[in-house]
Amino acid sequence: MKPAAFDYFAPRNLDEAVALLAKHGEDGRVLAGGQSLVPTMAFRMARPAVLVDINRIEGLGHLSAQEGQLRIGALARHAHFESAVTPGPLGALLARVVRHIAHPPIRMRGTFCGSLAHADPASEWCATTLALGGTLVLRSAGADTREVAARDWFQGVFTTAIRPGEMLVEVRLPVLGPEWSCGFAEFSRRAGDFALAMAVCALRLDRGLIREASIALGGLGGRPVLALEAAATLLGQVPSAEAASAAAEAAAAHCDPHSDVHAPAEYRRDLVRAMARRALAQAGVA
Amino acid sequence: MNKREVVFTVNGETRRVLVEPRRTLADTLREECGLTGTHLGCEHGVCGACTVLVDGQPTRSCLMFGVQAEGASIRTVEGLAAPDGTLNPLQRAFWENHGLQCGYCTPGFLMLATWLLERPTPLDEEELRHVLSSNLCRCTGYQNILAAVRAAARELDRWTESAPA
Repeated sequence: MKPAAFDYFAPRNLDEAVALLAKHGEDGRVLAGGQSLVPTMAFRMARPAVLVDINRIEGLGHLSAQEGQLRIGALARHAHFESAVTPGPLGALLARVVRHIAHPPIRMRGTFCGSLAHADPASEWCATTLALGGTLVLRSAGADTREVAARDWFQGVFTTAIRPGEMLVEVRLPVLGPEWSCGFAEFSRRAGDFALAMAVCALRLDRGLIREASIALGGLGGRPVLALEAAATLLGQVPSAEAASAAAEAAAAHCDPHSDVHAPAEYRRDLVRAMARRALAQAGVA
Repeated sequence: MNKREVVFTVNGETRRVLVEPRRTLADTLREECGLTGTHLGCEHGVCGACTVLVDGQPTRSCLMFGVQAEGASIRTVEGLAAPDGTLNPLQRAFWENHGLQCGYCTPGFLMLATWLLERPTPLDEEELRHVLSSNLCRCTGYQNILAAVRAAARELDRWTESAPA
């Protein structure tokens, strides 16, 4: 349970950090909060030859709403979201979601961007970013900033669209106006455990009808997924218990959960139905 | 190996140590500083036994490297009692409420609860349970640990009764 040897760098600015990542390629890993990376190193599932510790870089901890986007810097910690970081439905959703992420000591060090870079299938922030249609901003040495849409980011378990030498420097989420309502629900056996299933939803209402709907599911294995069929059933509907049930049924019917030591696939499918209904109820569809 | 010099304070005392980068803060405290009050349970961030305060924040010291502690102010269980060994109110509450069983998880719970009791907001039952769920007790003596922190919070005037449900 001791990490293998590595070289350690603590650059003072972003240019230095991406230069180190360029130099070391696939041998180099970014160390931010370390709350997922260090356990995988302790198990020697990860054996990076070089760690680039970004904690000493100024200006990466930003959390600011500009031009309709909430910009979340690479060092914004989970705990920063516990009180609403922006007014309206987005800040409220993030504050609700964060209480489900591990435990307070983990939340004080772990970072939002780190969760997206790690891409655990049961990551709350990954499912949330997917549901909201977020954008990931990547920097690499000597290149323009690259942006990747959340729907193109997640490729599989712990696998993303990041390229060797790139660093995830910011995630952008759309700021939601008062016409939006959101919900989040997950099921885990013990407080702070990885969820067996979770659902996040965001809905836009106009004159009493649902005009836009997005639902993402997580914890099912692989990567977070959009429940497109479920979201489609809501369009044009009046928020109601019947609409919620139909959407939850569609989410359960079309998802593809994995079986593992924690739960069989059919149990997860039942949980998807229940979590989708709970998330929708929070968003006023009940 | 490529050891590095790192300087930080532990319980107010400056420490200058040479560590390999792969050395966790927990091992740095135990091996380089000789402070074995910090216990290692799982070594992968699940149990919380190794919790210490780093710059005032509860931190799993198995999930941070010693080299990352450069310039940090660290508090460990060794810093809680008075120099003559007199227990502080939280330690005494653990004693009086039978909050220690085998004692393995105790340093981590004490440091987590120290942070909880030093926060500016008063503590209620829900928050107490939410925060203490961070750490595991292998004897499953949770009720007495909760009772101990509750008692300490009352003594320190940090306790507030939850609003009735």
